[in-house]
Amino acid sequence: MFSHTCPIFLHNYIISMAKITYITHNNEKHTIEVQSGLSVMEGAVQNDIPGIDADCGGGMACATCHVYVNDDWFDKLPKKENGEEDMLDMAFEPKKNSRLSCQIIVTDELDGLTVGIPLKQG
Amino acid sequence: MIKTDALIIGAGPTGLFTAHQLKLIGLDCHIVDNLDKIGGQCIELYPDKPIYDIPAVPECTGEELTNNLLNQLKPFKIEFHLNERVDDVKKENENWIVKTNNNSIFSTPNVIIAGGVGSFEPRKFPVKECEKFENKSIFYSVKDKNLFNGKNISIFGGGDSALDWAVEFARNSKVNLIHRRDDFRGAQATVDKVYSLVKDGKIDLYTKYQMVSVKGNGKLDSIDIKNDDGEVKNIKSDFALGFFGLIMQLGPIANWGLNINKKTIDVDTEKFETNQKGIYAVGDICNYPGKLKLILSGFHEGALAARACFKLARPNEKYRFEFTTSSKTIKDRLGVKSD
Repeated sequence: MFSHTCPIFLHNYIISMAKITYITHNNEKHTIEVQSGLSVMEGAVQNDIPGIDADCGGGMACATCHVYVNDDWFDKLPKKENGEEDMLDMAFEPKKNSRLSCQIIVTDELDGLTVGIPLKQG
Repeated sequence: MIKTDALIIGAGPTGLFTAHQLKLIGLDCHIVDNLDKIGGQCIELYPDKPIYDIPAVPECTGEELTNNLLNQLKPFKIEFHLNERVDDVKKENENWIVKTNNNSIFSTPNVIIAGGVGSFEPRKFPVKECEKFENKSIFYSVKDKNLFNGKNISIFGGGDSALDWAVEFARNSKVNLIHRRDDFRGAQATVDKVYSLVKDGKIDLYTKYQMVSVKGNGKLDSIDIKNDDGEVKNIKSDFALGFFGLIMQLGPIANWGLNINKKTIDVDTEKFETNQKGIYAVGDICNYPGKLKLILSGFHEGALAARACFKLARPNEKYRFEFTTSSKTIKDRLGVKSD
């Protein structure tokens, strides 16, 4: 697949970015470039996307960075690690396509990923 | 009314070490926490998860860290007020008057907020109408189990609390256990017990179902649950219990006239004082340029806030910096022999 990733040349390093789209509960679309290596949660928090609380700061301990992953992306993401599904039991209105955004690490392959943000986080 | 040199809000690692620092310099303090146990996020969110970045402690769990901090506090008499949430903070002359939801009242020149991300509150059902039945037919904890004797009880959740109460209530009541997936995260022995009660017809188990609506007039009558495929079932219920763990909410802190920014409180980095004189914020809840949400940062912030408290608690005395290795005064406070 052709990658839309836009590399930024900074000194001698190449920082690759992926476009991630966050859709809020009231259907506002926020598309931002998130640096590879950051989590989808960090991308949201650093860019003031509303609706992702991330109370525990990415420790998979609070379920307040809950997102719904678009069906066409869900299976392309690396599988959930132990403990994520347990935490999702606590999330507000979890669904089949629920993930914790702190556990989705941005890579070139995730360029174009779209996630939905629930009405609230708790 | 309790008079104290400093009141600490939050019994997490930062609050505990701040208490240690206050006692070391000769100030007394009380600690209030909304949880029923000491340890804050460490004990509530990750008691068994190892932490690797506490200085000089290569590895410890949240529970071990809490126990070690309590051990360090052993020489001192510190009063904890657990299960209490600070609701109101008001200035009266030179002191802050602090009231809790349990009617404790403190008068103190110093309030140290070590509240993490706020107070832990139970997560509630997403269905809005549940509010109408809360504390009558719908509960998030069990205070008086006799209330449920011989009734239809629908229990939601997949952790130990949900499973333990399902097993307990199955003895005298009709129990429905509803969980969003097939796997339970409770202890295996309890999960096995639940399945054996299901087999004996003592518990009706509905997995891959979640609540969609509640019905009843004044008191709960039945609950609609829906599965992943959209199939809806109506189950008769006198009571519903939800066990979805706890969530942190800033709560009343938001109303105390502090500069709050994204659930954190702005402080200076000399005293860790907020915009209100005599109110400090330390640990995860404070914010300043370069802030790191690490436990070790909370320790540093608490140590400095404690020194700032001295000035307001002992306005006529001069604070003298001393080392624990050499100060006789400190050794006396710790109850250890001086050389």
